[in-house]
Parts: sequence; structure tokens; C-alpha cells
Amino acid sequence: MGLQKSDALSPERIREDFPILQREFDGEQVVYLDNGATSQTPNQVIDAIADYYRNYNANVHRGIHQLSQEASEAYEEAHDTVAEFVGAEGREEMVFTKNTTEAENLVAYAWGLNELGPGDEIVLTEMEHHASLVTWQQIGERTGADVKYIPVTDEGYLDMDAAAELITDDTEMVSVLHVSNTLGTVNPVAELADIAHDHDSYIFVDGAQAVPNRPVDVKDIDADFYAFSAHKMLGPTGIGGLYGKADLLAELEPFQYGGGMIRKVSFDETTWHDVPWKFEAGTPLIAQGVGFAEAVEYLEDLGMDKIRRHEEALAEYALDRMAEFDDIEVYGPTDPTDRSGLVSFNLDNVHAHDLTSILNDSAVAIRAGDHCTQPLHDKLGVAASARASFYVYNTPEEIDKLIEAVDDARQLFA
Amino acid sequence: MGMGSDMYRQQILDHYKNPRNYGELEEATFSHAGENPMCGDEITIDVQLDEDEEVIERVAFRGDGCAISQASASMLSKELTGMTVEEMQELDRDDVIDLLGVDISPMRVKCAVLAEKVVQDGAEIYEGEKELEKTTTEEDD
Repeated sequence: MGLQKSDALSPERIREDFPILQREFDGEQVVYLDNGATSQTPNQVIDAIADYYRNYNANVHRGIHQLSQEASEAYEEAHDTVAEFVGAEGREEMVFTKNTTEAENLVAYAWGLNELGPGDEIVLTEMEHHASLVTWQQIGERTGADVKYIPVTDEGYLDMDAAAELITDDTEMVSVLHVSNTLGTVNPVAELADIAHDHDSYIFVDGAQAVPNRPVDVKDIDADFYAFSAHKMLGPTGIGGLYGKADLLAELEPFQYGGGMIRKVSFDETTWHDVPWKFEAGTPLIAQGVGFAEAVEYLEDLGMDKIRRHEEALAEYALDRMAEFDDIEVYGPTDPTDRSGLVSFNLDNVHAHDLTSILNDSAVAIRAGDHCTQPLHDKLGVAASARASFYVYNTPEEIDKLIEAVDDARQLFA
Repeated sequence: MGMGSDMYRQQILDHYKNPRNYGELEEATFSHAGENPMCGDEITIDVQLDEDEEVIERVAFRGDGCAISQASASMLSKELTGMTVEEMQELDRDDVIDLLGVDISPMRVKCAVLAEKVVQDGAEIYEGEKELEKTTTEEDD
């Protein structure tokens, strides 16, 4: 029993690190189930950022003075910490970006605009987030490359037979979600990487919904690029990580120009700094980098395997509770081990936005809308859906509160 | 009770479940559709004007979306009947919220004002087309 206990997360203990979870609205303690949008921030991360500003705030890379040395060291080491967390070698494979969307744009601009042309193909999925879909759609328009989509089955999985046919020798880039932010589906990204590489295509994996809640090893996946955002994994907003294979990042053109990313500048020409600094023009995300590394260390202390099991258990519980009601339609795979801890759903006759407004009365916070996947919602035949997404501090009791609040909406609209 | 349920007073729910003037007008003077892409609220409004095209005689709407957007369209359709086009163009956000009779949380205001915006845009486009037609006819002369 002892072993079993230490094998599982203790959300009650974890909650103590998150002051925001103590907030009450009209006497009701907040039930925060919108972690797919952004997670909450533990004291440890808040303190690390405050400590940076209180004790060693300075610009990096350019100062000789003590404060700048300390800030530079912390910022550079943050790259190593985040890199190693996803199985990358170190800073030479980890660029800090504003978020996952910017990482997608970095590769699209630096590589896509320069390398693609008519006759080339970009393969996405029907469950793609707008971050990738809109970005590659634009690159397609500007370069003449075609954009194709791997279909999603009725059960919420990628159609892998179709994928094997859609990815051809003309394919230059496959960009896929590791975990769907709408369906929760965990996609077979390693298998997709194999198919892409068989056709000499690169693969970009959007791990925004995967890195927070499961062990990720970019080398095992054999991703060429892999991106994620700190604010969905207990870190601050405004920073994300872009992993790229060292040789690819070394060859890639810069995305933005300015100070910090150069080696030598004359009036006629400029040479670039080493990776990752080549991709981090201007004063970088120093405080956020420090917070990002602290968040990663917090997650490592909890254990990513435990987090994955915790998420699966909550997903399973939520699916079971929702299955008790005929008027709740759930999207995505029914097998909780094939999905992460988020559940998108609709209540019959109640628009997701009305539902969410009513849930707010019980201090239950969930997301409603198209979750930045409008084409997928078109395919599902709904304009919007509600989404409950769980994290390390959530409990089954909170899912019960969600179900109760959904019943309030059901009664109100009956 | 918080703001959420306050938004769903009986009147709103009644108009949502039993929308007034729901459907199409065969003799619409103009018709216009609009949406809130973020929410997926969609509304199409048909307006029939009198002979002088100054007074709104009949209004019909159809659409799909949240209770706030659909109830607002239903209530507005009643309110607009008999109003002059000029009066209709002067309606603003606060008038619509007054009409709904509930506090609308800031994130939901765009749902509440969708129907108002659709009918005003529709009238403006119609006026523009009339102007254009007049100019073109004059030029032809």
C-alpha cells in the first residue's frame, strides 16, 4: 500500500503551493479546470521570478559586471534544464520563443519561406491547432506549396492509413499535434516521424498539450522540431521552447534580426551567433526563462509518469461521470489511455458559452469556444464546445462539482 | 447567485426557447447575415420596409447560437417593428442591454449585440446599394 501511495500524486499536498486555488467567488472556492488554456503557477515559480528581479536582474550576454554574469548564467542554464526535460542534448538544441505559436512561425519563416515552392507539399492534420494550420496555410499561399490534411476518424484518431498515402516524396514538412487540444487524442508522433523521414520530409511536433502531462523524449520520437509553452506547464506566460536537431538549427536562417543574435556586424554584412542565441534577437525572455526552468524542476520533482497517470485517471473519471447522462456528448477517444486529461463536450440544447457562464456561478472555470480548431469543429458539426482540462492539482471531487454545475445548466434550460 | 445565472432570467430563456418572428420574409426589402466566429453565433435578419422605405414594417430572423444572441435577436425583432430606419440606426449597445433587461457580463456583450449589428449593417449596405443605383442611373442618363 505504501508503494502504491508514493506511486500517485497527492493533489491535496500540491494545491498548497498554488495560492490562486484558494480564491473564492461568492463563497465558492474556485474549481480551475481550464488548464489546457493555461495552468496555474506555484509559489516556487513565482518566487524564482521574484528572486531574479530582487537579486540578479540584469541584461544578459553583454555585461561584464557581476549581476549580468549571474543573470546570463541563470538564463543560459535554463535552456539546458528545459532541453534535458524533453530529452534534448542541451542549449544547442533549445531555443526560447514567445510561445508554441512563435516556434511554429520561426520554422515556417526561417525554413518554409526560404525552402518551399510549387510542387512541394506540407502535411497537417484535421485536428491541427490554428497555430500550425494558419501558419502553414500562409506559407503555402506565399510559396505555392500545397497543404494537405490527414483526416480524423469518427473515433477521434488520426487516419494512419491515409497518412501513409498523403505523405509522399513531395512532402517537405509534416506538422502535427502530439496531443489534440480539442479531442485529447495522443497521436502516434514517432510513427508519423518514421513515415515523414522515409520520404525525406521534416516533422514538426506541436507538444503544447503533451509536455505538461506526460514524459516526452524528442529523440525517441525522432522529431526534427518540437515546440511547447511554459504557461501550460506551471511556468510563466510569454515563453516557450523550440527543440530542433542541432544540425538543423545550425543550418537554419535566423527568424528575427537585431542585437544578441549576431557575431560580427559591419556596414555591409553580418554573421550570426551560435544556436540558440541566433534565434533570440534583442533582449531575451530572462525572467521568464528563470521561471520556466523552475517549473520544469517542479514537474520533475513530481514525476512525469505520475503526472501522466494522474491525468489519465481524471480523464477516465470525467468520461465515466459524463457517460451517466444521455444529453452530454463527448468528443475524442473513449479509451482514457489514448488521451490526455482534457474532455471536450456539449450539453444538448445548451450552447457551450451559456453553459460556461452558468458554471461560472459555481466558480467552475472551463473553456468554451472553438479552442483554436475551427475546421475540426466544422467536421464535428458543432460551432463550439465546452472543455474541461485537468492538471496536477485537480481532484475527482472537482469533477463532481463540474457535473453538478452542468446539472444546474440542464435544469435552467429544461 | 453570480452574474451567470442572472443573465438567464425567465425572459431571456423564454425568447430563446420560443423565438418571436423566427423565419423568413418573402417580401424582405433587405436581408443580412452575420456571425461571431469565436462563438459560432449566426444570425440572418430579413427586414420589410414601408413604401417610402422609412419605417420598418416587419422583421424576421433565423440563426443558431447561444441563448443571449438568439434571445437578443428575438427581442430586437419585436422592438424594431414600427421603428423608423433612422431610429434603428441610432440604437447602441446600451439600448440592446436595456432591452434584454439583465446584466451582461463583459465577455458576452458581443453575443448580445450581434442582432443589432446585423440589422444595422444590413440597412447600411442596402442604403449604399440604393445610392449606387441612383448614381449609376443618373450617369446612364
